[in-house]
Amino acid sequence: MKIIAIDRQGKEHELEGRDGWTVMESLRDGGLDIAAECGGACACATCHVYVNDGWFEKLPAPSEGEIDMLDMALAVEPNSRLSCQIIVGPETDGIKVTIAPE
Amino acid sequence: MAAIETDVVIIGAGPIGLFAVFELGLLDLKCHLVDILDRAGGQCTELYPEKPIYDIPGIPIVTGQELTNRLMEQAAPFAPQFHFGEMAKTLEKLDDGRWKLSTDAGTEIIAHVVVVAAGAGSFVPKRPPLPGIETFENAGDGIGVHYAVRKMETFRGKNILIAGGGDSALDWVINLAPLAKSLTLVHHRDGFRAAAHSVNQMRELEKEGKVKFHIASVKALHGDAGKLSGVTLAGHDKTEWHHEADTFLPFFGLTIKLGPIAEFGINLHENLIPVDTARFESQTPGIFAIGDINTYTGKLKLILSGFHEAALMAQAAFHVCRPHEKLRFQYTTSSSSLQKKLGVS
Ligand SMILES: Cc1cc2nc3c(=O)[nH]c(=O)nc-3n(C[C@H](O)[C@H](O)[C@H](O)COP(=O)(O)OP(=O)(O)OC[C@H]3O[C@@H](n4cnc5c(N)ncnc54)[C@H](O)[C@@H]3O)c2cc1C
Ligand code: FES
Repeated sequence: MKIIAIDRQGKEHELEGRDGWTVMESLRDGGLDIAAECGGACACATCHVYVNDGWFEKLPAPSEGEIDMLDMALAVEPNSRLSCQIIVGPETDGIKVTIAPE
Repeated sequence: MAAIETDVVIIGAGPIGLFAVFELGLLDLKCHLVDILDRAGGQCTELYPEKPIYDIPGIPIVTGQELTNRLMEQAAPFAPQFHFGEMAKTLEKLDDGRWKLSTDAGTEIIAHVVVVAAGAGSFVPKRPPLPGIETFENAGDGIGVHYAVRKMETFRGKNILIAGGGDSALDWVINLAPLAKSLTLVHHRDGFRAAAHSVNQMRELEKEGKVKFHIASVKALHGDAGKLSGVTLAGHDKTEWHHEADTFLPFFGLTIKLGPIAEFGINLHENLIPVDTARFESQTPGIFAIGDINTYTGKLKLILSGFHEAALMAQAAFHVCRPHEKLRFQYTTSSSSLQKKLGVS
């Protein structure tokens, strides 16, 4: 399952996502610069990404907890998500995300 | 202020720094701890105070806050001295072989042994990614960009802009509104993570015209020679407007930065301190590293690993602090001398 990720320098990377894992884990394991300080516990907002190209609408809606935690993210946009809360699966194949600035 | 002299100075009062106090205390070594946070617990209290931990041996379930409370209780007999709200800034080797650690608050601690229990580094405020923001950070009391409010009075009569939707943002809206010339809150949505009663209070102030609230974000800062004059705000529909402000207070919580430890001259590998697994000493003799900050083959960033590291470190640190004394291995269960130290016999 593919994940297209754009890093803070604007470079595009194609990553392999694992079914049932999170997009954050793919970004981190792919060596991209994402802090993800709380390791996916929805407690730090340092895994903030923008979900591009219509993918935002295709994802299941964020939980109450994620919406609250996004209040701690910098430079939030309407297509902001916490990448540790996006689960990889066949329906996310090809998802495109941009790592938010820090 | 005269320098403090002690056996061991510990950088970081997270779970591992706290347990190190206990292990060192059993060996009669006294500790001072420095942490930039205003309380103990490190990641446990900062990132997950209410979340349960299930893998502490012998405690099937405990929250981050409860574990911290228990570690504090366990360390209490050894009367550790805490220096909270201070950043360990420089480390210097003295001619007599000891170390002098200085903090940003001017505290100086001289010790035989330094224990770095700094986790992934120090917790510092998140800085919005706005060009030139750092030039406004030292503008002076009450003006420019501040990430914390130390003296409220310095903000009197200012045009204040606050950004964020958490408890700090709302608390400071409520507290500063009566003193400010004007106070504006910006947040990216019309909903807040902050406690409901704070949100209600803010809405009241808004109704009374004492606070302005915009669903907007700060796009740029303007000013001359470090003095803020205004910001560009942008709404959801991307329309932008100018907003006058003397003071900008962004409250987006904390993030972890390695910080001054990188300049201590300790050998680092990818921001971690390589240690040997017999002593948990860095490549600089006398400086030990335990918990999340260290690295070795097989390292697991778990609290239980850090506890083990603290126990072994204490044995090695004893010989550095007391080179002419012999260490006696004893169990807390059966040693009356250990029990006396713990205040239980
Ligand atoms: C959401 C979450 C859940 C977790 N769940 C578990 C779990 O279930 N089980 C488990 O075993 N582990 C868990 N962990 C990991 C565990 O919290 C860490 O392993 C542990 O906190 C490490 O402790 P530490 O004392 O080494 O460092 P930290 O807890 O990071 O504390 C380091 C302290 O040092 C301070 N500091 C650093 N540099 C300086 C300086 N220069 N000056 C002043 N102060 C400084 C920092 O401010 C911080 O308070 C979890 C972590 C997170 C984020
Ligand atoms: S990794 Fe911390 S919120 Fe996602």
